[in-house]
Amino acid sequence: MSEITPGLWEILLDGVWITLQLTFLSAALAAAVAFVTGLARLNRLRIVRFAAGVYFEVFRGTSALILMFWLFFVLPLGLGWQLEPMWAAVLALGLSYGAYGSEVVRGAVAAVPRGQHEAGVALNLPPGQRLWRIVLPQAWPEMIPPFNNLLIELLKGTALVSVMGVSDLAFGAALVRNATGQSAPVYTVILLVYFVIAFAMTRGMRVLERRARAGAGEGPPRRAALSPRRLFAPRRRAAAAAAASSGGERR
Amino acid sequence: MNWDWSAVDAFLPRLADGLLVTAQALALSALLAFGLGLVWAVAQRSGPALVRGPVAVFTEFIRNTPLLVQLFFLYYVLPEWGLTLSAMVTGVVGLGLHYSTYTAEVYRAGIEGVPRGQWEAATALSLSRGRTWGVVILPQAIRRVAPALGNYVIAMLKDTPMLFVVGVMEMLGEARQFSSETFLTVEAVTVVGIAFILLSCPASFLMRTLERRLAR
Amino acid sequence: MPADTANAYTDTDAGGRAQGRATVGTGTTADELIRFDRVTKRFGSNTVLDSLDFRVFPKKHVTLIGPSGSGKTTILRLLMTLLKPDEGTITVDGTPLSHEERNGKLVPAGEKHVREVRKNMGMVFQQFNLFPHMSVLRNITEAPVQVLGMSRDEAAERALELLDMVGLKDRSDTYPGRLSGGQQQRVAIARALAMRPKVLLLDEVTSALDPELVAGVLDLLRDIARTTDITMLCVTHEMSFARDISDCVMMFDEGKVIEFGHPEKMFGDPEQERTREFLSAVL
Repeated sequence: MSEITPGLWEILLDGVWITLQLTFLSAALAAAVAFVTGLARLNRLRIVRFAAGVYFEVFRGTSALILMFWLFFVLPLGLGWQLEPMWAAVLALGLSYGAYGSEVVRGAVAAVPRGQHEAGVALNLPPGQRLWRIVLPQAWPEMIPPFNNLLIELLKGTALVSVMGVSDLAFGAALVRNATGQSAPVYTVILLVYFVIAFAMTRGMRVLERRARAGAGEGPPRRAALSPRRLFAPRRRAAAAAAASSGGERR
Repeated sequence: MNWDWSAVDAFLPRLADGLLVTAQALALSALLAFGLGLVWAVAQRSGPALVRGPVAVFTEFIRNTPLLVQLFFLYYVLPEWGLTLSAMVTGVVGLGLHYSTYTAEVYRAGIEGVPRGQWEAATALSLSRGRTWGVVILPQAIRRVAPALGNYVIAMLKDTPMLFVVGVMEMLGEARQFSSETFLTVEAVTVVGIAFILLSCPASFLMRTLERRLAR
Repeated sequence: MPADTANAYTDTDAGGRAQGRATVGTGTTADELIRFDRVTKRFGSNTVLDSLDFRVFPKKHVTLIGPSGSGKTTILRLLMTLLKPDEGTITVDGTPLSHEERNGKLVPAGEKHVREVRKNMGMVFQQFNLFPHMSVLRNITEAPVQVLGMSRDEAAERALELLDMVGLKDRSDTYPGRLSGGQQQRVAIARALAMRPKVLLLDEVTSALDPELVAGVLDLLRDIARTTDITMLCVTHEMSFARDISDCVMMFDEGKVIEFGHPEKMFGDPEQERTREFLSAVL
């Protein structure tokens, strides 16, 4: 039985850093996958839609932990070389959360009124410009709240890498537990750290959303003042049904 | 890649054992999530202020922290506090508690979707609080959110592999044990991965159909 | 107004059969701005346009009238390439819309060809369809800059002139969401004109407006009809407006032009019973 020493705190701090890196890198990959797959699912070519749809169904149906196992232990045997554990983790998280994100992108883009596409055609804008200058700027603010939910899920998902031996925050906790022989302090601390990171990310996304909406000509959103009860709740509520629904954000 | 079909044959009985455990764990934690979530939702809607605040903080905390770490917490910390649970119970409590914070939100959306007039009608008929909830509000709310709840069951299914960290021998646990005995990791992990896709794809298809039905 | 603007015209199709074709204006085939040849459009089992033939010469103003569902709007949407015909060909300024010649063969039109032909047309929609995330000025300058390759300054200068014309010069920095429906529609008209189209397609442009805002938009369009050379195809239920601006009124029913002619004749003494019924219902 002993205290958490400064050295042990340092292990946890390093773990936080790894967790943040993992979250950031996986989120970047997931965002890229989400946009490519989400837009492909709206492509006018049937074969493109089908391929993207298969990707979505397969990766959404996969358990993130099993995908990680597969990339860590099976893929190396097939390829003959080992993926850097960190990159295998990023790949696993990015590919699966990208699949969820594609549904967000697809839903938000599909929700832009038809008339906006038609006005783009009538002004003779080429297809790429219609997407980039007309459709995406309007779809983007709608994507941010569900993206925030996915980002929190992704942050929580990064803890899985500790099972694979990547020295993230959860892994650091196990080391500290072994060293101190006490579980309650360290696990309470790291749960709090995860919570604080999630809270900070939510605030950040809220700012991003406000900017995006102002940029989309909607003016400042009317929102209740900050109260403890509303730290996460107001966004979640609308999102709960939608994010849970497999079908889409809106139809 | 050396793929050995005989390894698959050897693993299948173990997979079946694992599947049974996965199904048990899923069924129990889903029941727990449905029940506890309802408690959170109702407490936040009409509980005393002294209850509402802590419930809100607690559910936000559970929902915004990793299930894996919560499982470790239950596994390591509870025994220190003198409460030793079996692997299965630990897993079910962890998974069920975690997802109860999601189902609470689903219930809440459903409860808010019940028109105001229904509450007023119940008051006009001087129904008791319990009967108002039990007979008027919840049946309407739950019907509305059934597909969303179903989707969380699918999400829970995909999180059941995490239970192996507390020693539950579900499918991934079986695969790990099998590969440590035989070194046939490729076959075992791949088969488990495919099993999950085969389970969850039709399930989400079913939920989407249900959703479309109810939307009409 | 010249008396010859709307006349029955007889030409022969490939099979050598003579047929009556609604024609607005006079000139040779080479002068035609818009030409529909046996254009058929179906939605499922519903035939909206049934082997439609008509042609319009430059600078003419044509109003399409008829009961709802008679295919008027479909004509505008076909011209704007928002829809594809099931049969027949549409020719704009001598170039087929849905096909192009490649290596001496007629093939379905590619994006590049379609965009080239589309340059001739501008469209104003019933629901305005302004871009909510762009300022009024940006709504008007975006396409000239991106499509015509105009410089931002030049585009802005022209946009301000157009805004002046539609009476909204002082609102150039506003976002569309803060404008009334009538103001939005006037911006939409300016946006369409900024592309300098030869043909302006007006699709029930006042139908979504509150009654008190209709007059302002129609007056603006009257001005444009009077002072510019632009060819107009207009679907509207505003009959007095149609009478004022049109060189020709075409009456549609069940996917066909059942009668057409000068507005004085169409509104004064129509030949067809269906036209008479329709007009007495809407006037």
